[in-house]
Amino acid sequence: MNKQITLAQGNGGGAMQTLIADVFINAFDNPLLATGEDQARLPLSELTAAGDRLAFTTDSYVVDPLFFPGGDIGKLAVCGTANDLAVSGATPRWLSCGFILEEGLPLETLKTVVRSMADTARNAGIQIITGDTKVVPRGAVDKLFINTAGLGVIPRGVEWGVKAIRPGDRILISGTLGDHGATILNLRENLGMEADLTSDCAVLAPLIAPLRAIPGIRTLRDATRGGVTAILHEFCRGSGCGMQVDEAALPLKNAVRGVCELLGLDALNFANEGKILLMVDPASEQAALQAMRQHPLGRDAATIGEVTGDGQVRLRGIYGVSRVLDLPHDEPLPRIC
Amino acid sequence: MRFVDEYRQPELVKGLVARINERMQQTTYTAGHPLQIMEVCGGHTHAIFKFGLDKLLPPSLEFIHGPGCPVCVLPAGRIDACVQIAMRPEVILCTFGDAMRVPGRNGSLLTARQQGADVRMVWSPLDALAIAKQHPDRLVVFFAIGFETTMPASAMTLQQARADGVSNFFLFCQHITLMPTLKSLLSQPDVRIEGFIAPGHVSMVIGQQPYAYISDVCHKPVVVTGFEPTDILQGLLMLCEQYVDGRCTVENQYRRVVPVEGNLLAQQAMDEVFITEGASEWRGLGVIDDSLVSLRPDWRSYDAELRFQPDPQPVADDPRARCGAVLTGRCKPADCPLFGGVCTPENAFGALMVSSEGACAAWYQYRRSEA
Repeated sequence: MNKQITLAQGNGGGAMQTLIADVFINAFDNPLLATGEDQARLPLSELTAAGDRLAFTTDSYVVDPLFFPGGDIGKLAVCGTANDLAVSGATPRWLSCGFILEEGLPLETLKTVVRSMADTARNAGIQIITGDTKVVPRGAVDKLFINTAGLGVIPRGVEWGVKAIRPGDRILISGTLGDHGATILNLRENLGMEADLTSDCAVLAPLIAPLRAIPGIRTLRDATRGGVTAILHEFCRGSGCGMQVDEAALPLKNAVRGVCELLGLDALNFANEGKILLMVDPASEQAALQAMRQHPLGRDAATIGEVTGDGQVRLRGIYGVSRVLDLPHDEPLPRIC
Repeated sequence: MRFVDEYRQPELVKGLVARINERMQQTTYTAGHPLQIMEVCGGHTHAIFKFGLDKLLPPSLEFIHGPGCPVCVLPAGRIDACVQIAMRPEVILCTFGDAMRVPGRNGSLLTARQQGADVRMVWSPLDALAIAKQHPDRLVVFFAIGFETTMPASAMTLQQARADGVSNFFLFCQHITLMPTLKSLLSQPDVRIEGFIAPGHVSMVIGQQPYAYISDVCHKPVVVTGFEPTDILQGLLMLCEQYVDGRCTVENQYRRVVPVEGNLLAQQAMDEVFITEGASEWRGLGVIDDSLVSLRPDWRSYDAELRFQPDPQPVADDPRARCGAVLTGRCKPADCPLFGGVCTPENAFGALMVSSEGACAAWYQYRRSEA
């Protein structure tokens, strides 16, 4: 096979067949994919035994650079979509993946990304069961873009949603803020900070699963693009309630805080790829914190604020003065996931 | 975190606020007739809003948010000239992130990029020089903006370009100097500003001496101040103490960073490359004498405006915008009829909404709900 991706590998001919067999089928290897049909055929009985609703979601991944400390575009394409399923309470089961490749992409780069996807999915008990590959002329995309769609099953009785949020609820976060955003920023903008920055990119389903048993979990969401600020605004809009966050309570890695202090940025607006924001009945606050802290992904879980009745998102600073926490108009850093 | 947390300690802040309260009680200022202090720099404005410092202070003390944000006072016509240069196919235009969003009459550099111009964000002028070296077939223009804080870096980048024999690198000079603006502010009628929190970063370069004009000629005390909450409060306390003691002088709160004489190496580099003479237009403030910074004759081969000859673009400020009145303490951002409606950070109309450090942008970000 060529050492670089050619247009022929996306046009439906023999070159494409070879690429699919050698790179994708080989790495993703599972019985549903191995049937070789144009579609994956999903056993309904397995689904209905696990719950009473399907969760279905899709996301595209265009992160630049493709590889970064703590992950790569392949790992991200599995984690991101799996997490969008998991925050509904669903167990992520199956993913599709669509690749758009730039002509001339080193084959080894593609193989590394695909291996990373396969490993991440396998470790999370997720199967990649159908896919598509396109190759476009040099310059028509930047190296490699991935789309994944995912299916999962929501167990009976799990009814998380924004509408359940009430004034007085506690706002919890599963760990430190902004690790992914700060890592990409440092790398992409050649800031050259030799800081201990690693993306938090991870499949959160195992952290979320134990929360299903706790009554009083109102809703949760993974705080990706736009960071915690964006989710607080979504919760505020969706529930009509206000959100008040305590600056002193925000868990932050020193390296991330350093990046923010140096550049005048706010970690609350940085993307995360392995953190959930939870809204919890005060009676269940401790149970939720304990459940999360028992998992390595939730070791730094903390309560960061409280739901109010004033319909505003606010931040109480370290001297007790409360101010509006504005949602930035545009993404400070494009192509972060 | 070292060098950060020790300057934010709540106990220290509380103590400083108590002492400021004590001193203010020894003066005749009241909530109805407050002592107006101008914090010149946008960095200070931002810190005051972010930490809510003004809400901790007595109502007899009022901050006036000054002109010290180079993006805020950038005239729209200068952006138009830059956009014109950026649209040339052979040009790569580099600048700081904040400058990319500033709207000219025909959009910002960001919109020029959407229309095909090669506009790149850099964190340092040296990054722009590196891009010039990587692309010897293109002409790389650095849109140089800022007070004396960023001027030395621009100067040294040109020195580096000359030393390395780089001939495809140019500078669009929008540097500005602080003192002419402050002098012009103080010469306006009905301005009640009584003292200045002087910008720490500019002072790190220029030192304390230039402010002597304000204390000796205009009889307004000045304290060079750092950017952390305890810095700002201590600077304010030092000003209050000058009023109580009946002194009027230049003091330095930020001694851990600002030497009395400034940074001589940086001053030397600036002086070699730049010259300040002639009048220059400031957004929101109009034309100010002796405030035009340009390249010295010996460096004009690097001057982007000489090389590309953009059309002159005078653009008057919109008469409805009250930027000038906000800058001089005559009104608050929310008093402007355009604030929050016609003029927002997404669609900035006036100078002070353009940069995140502008007084109106800070007010919009932190205080909108109270407007």
